[in-house]
Amino acid sequence: MDVSTQNTDNKPFPGEVHPTAGGGILVTKLDEVIGWARSNSLWPLVFGTSCCAIEMMSTAGAKYDWSRFGFEVARATPRQADVIIIAGTIVNKMAPVLKRLYDQMADPKYVIAMGACATSGGPFFYNTYSVVKGADHVIPVDVYVAGCPPRPEALLHALISLQEKIRRGPA
Amino acid sequence: MTKEELKVTLEQLLPSPAFEEGAEWTTVVIDPAGWEGTARKLRSAEGLKFDYLFCVTAIDWKTHITMVYHLTSTVYRHTVVVKATLDRANPVIGTVSDIWRTAEFHEREAFDLFGVEFKGHPDLRRLFLTDDWKGWPLRKDYEDPVNMIKL
Repeated sequence: MDVSTQNTDNKPFPGEVHPTAGGGILVTKLDEVIGWARSNSLWPLVFGTSCCAIEMMSTAGAKYDWSRFGFEVARATPRQADVIIIAGTIVNKMAPVLKRLYDQMADPKYVIAMGACATSGGPFFYNTYSVVKGADHVIPVDVYVAGCPPRPEALLHALISLQEKIRRGPA
Repeated sequence: MTKEELKVTLEQLLPSPAFEEGAEWTTVVIDPAGWEGTARKLRSAEGLKFDYLFCVTAIDWKTHITMVYHLTSTVYRHTVVVKATLDRANPVIGTVSDIWRTAEFHEREAFDLFGVEFKGHPDLRRLFLTDDWKGWPLRKDYEDPVNMIKL
């Protein structure tokens, strides 16, 4: 199953256009149109703590090009970012920094835990004194991505899953 | 200088060098007591000129601690590995931060994670860990019941 067929939620626009003389009338629901707008312009934070960041950069690059899905405006400040992709290991020393970055982001904000380290500590789960065993101990996570590191396709799938989650609206 | 030539030169230069075989680079085991003098010789001796220290590390063997210094010469492009065995209960060795400035941070790292004390180091304090940290995390018997999940 490729991305385009799997992505069943992705309606071109959540509403109906009724053609009338001199233009048309657009009928939609406010929640749906807000969700649609949000999901198509998610600005990720420039944040990477280890090798997952390399895959994230590759996803941003020309070959995988996440701007096809509306992620190209990567921001180096949390105040302008909507989504934080935790690309890498979070160590105990980094945890307060991550928490502060998350707190500085404006609502609505989303979190993707990319790879084994951000999900559970991954290869550093056992016998390590310095690693946080999953970034969700520090901040709430919306989407988890498996892999060590995940391929760019996996990250794209996570980003599209996040878009679908946003379009569905609050649970 | 080739590995063999290096060995001959080091045998003439150092009091009682022991060599380890089977490694990529010439590996010499020295007495930690005379390490600073040995280091100065390695740096300045004609034909050796080890002017670049590119790695300082420590190994915890449970019975003892081994310090490992990787030296290379930007003049002759040869490399030597110097090892020194230290007492695990009280690991002390002289600093070489005045000979190779880069050792200042490298030695702080070894102190931070293994607890090796470098005599004469200008600023020997924790590098990566917090200043109030207890213990030496890269030692084999390190325990941290709060953060560590044992396997």
